[in-house]
Amino acid sequence: MTSTDAAQLVPFMMRRPGAPFPPPEYEEFRTKPGLVKAALPSGETVWLVTRHEEVRAVLTDPRISSNPANEGFPRPSRTVGAPSADEVPGWFVSLDPPDHNRFRKALIPEFTVRRIRSLRPAVEEIVDRAIDQMLARGDSAELVEDFSLTVPSLVISSLLGVPKVDRDFFEEKTKVLVTLTSTDEQRDKASEHLLRYINRLITIKSKRPGDDLISRLLQGGLLTPQELSGVAMLLLIAGHETTANNISLGVVTLLQQKQWIGDERTIEELLRYHSVADLVALRVAVEDVEIGGQLVRKGEGIVPLVAGANHDPEMFERPHEFDPSRPATGHVAFGYGVHQCLGQNLVRLEMEVAYRGLFGRIPTLEVAVPLEELQFKYDGVLFGLHALPVRW
Amino acid sequence: MARITVDTGKCIGSAQCVLAAPDVFDQDDDGFVMVLDDNPSGEAETTARTARGICPAQAITVHD
Repeated sequence: MTSTDAAQLVPFMMRRPGAPFPPPEYEEFRTKPGLVKAALPSGETVWLVTRHEEVRAVLTDPRISSNPANEGFPRPSRTVGAPSADEVPGWFVSLDPPDHNRFRKALIPEFTVRRIRSLRPAVEEIVDRAIDQMLARGDSAELVEDFSLTVPSLVISSLLGVPKVDRDFFEEKTKVLVTLTSTDEQRDKASEHLLRYINRLITIKSKRPGDDLISRLLQGGLLTPQELSGVAMLLLIAGHETTANNISLGVVTLLQQKQWIGDERTIEELLRYHSVADLVALRVAVEDVEIGGQLVRKGEGIVPLVAGANHDPEMFERPHEFDPSRPATGHVAFGYGVHQCLGQNLVRLEMEVAYRGLFGRIPTLEVAVPLEELQFKYDGVLFGLHALPVRW
Repeated sequence: MARITVDTGKCIGSAQCVLAAPDVFDQDDDGFVMVLDDNPSGEAETTARTARGICPAQAITVHD
């Protein structure tokens, strides 16, 4: 086993302008025995996991918990951290099995391969309309705001059963929630408005059910209306900025390597290559556990870095090259274990339809600024682009 | 030839097996794994092994 001391502490956030993503430090960490200890801004420390095998081990070990109510759970900052299911009923990403099982069971039928395929026409319509609006406005756009955030917001609102007349409201509020430059006050207000709206929607759907997720879950009876409102908020937050970041980064990468546009293998490789949710999986040991030769004591925080795992040369040769011809399956961009992203097949569909629409309908699409001027999210929990000016 | 078994109690319905090995796995109406071919050979066997490797719930066993 390996011991550690304060002198070896590294910072938690290592992304920075001018350095590639994932941060080059991950390569160094992977070659060291044991794990690396990082300091959070709060002064707390967490173990960072960067090897693919160990990231998967952490995400499947029953002695390692996702519940922020456990002592020692990492709290990187006010906005980078998770509420517990005690704070928000239905926030099931913060539950461990067996409490987690009921939620997953209730939601699985909503995200089957068949169900997601049936959403294709709706996703195509949303993408087409977003492109229509971009084209109608002229020969340039800010893709993050005008497209990447719009599409998943509308897809989720359609999934939940938000009536079309309310979608502008829904889109506006969800954007405030995920925009890093929003103030805490703006974000709290948007969150409050959305929660109130969702609760009203649940009341309406309980009286007049429709063909949507909220209606079916109400009828299924596995979740209480209060839990369902937490679930709806969670789906909204989990499926919005993540998808938007993937779409935008993918546009930049594909425009640099146009030979891959239209190749169905690009989606999986884009997910691996960009690994936007690098810092999302926060965990705490609820018993002493050994990971990769490192003793992690009960009550110590653990952060399995998915970008580390997805760029581990033991798993993926030449990991820093974007190469859709490689077998990218096995990446952990959506996590691993019981909390693996429920909406992953919907994200794949959204990305595919988005690229087909953008590159198919706007063949002259190009980034409107030099690549080195692009504003990446170095400071957020998710990696992505603040803005993406494009023209055609 | 390899025999395939699944632990439906572990399955979390991520459907990675259905995408990786559509000839071997499917989902039932509740979204849980269903084995279509429990003795796959050739290409189907290869895809079943891929599915075993990527199943996030480690619910698939390939018996050699």
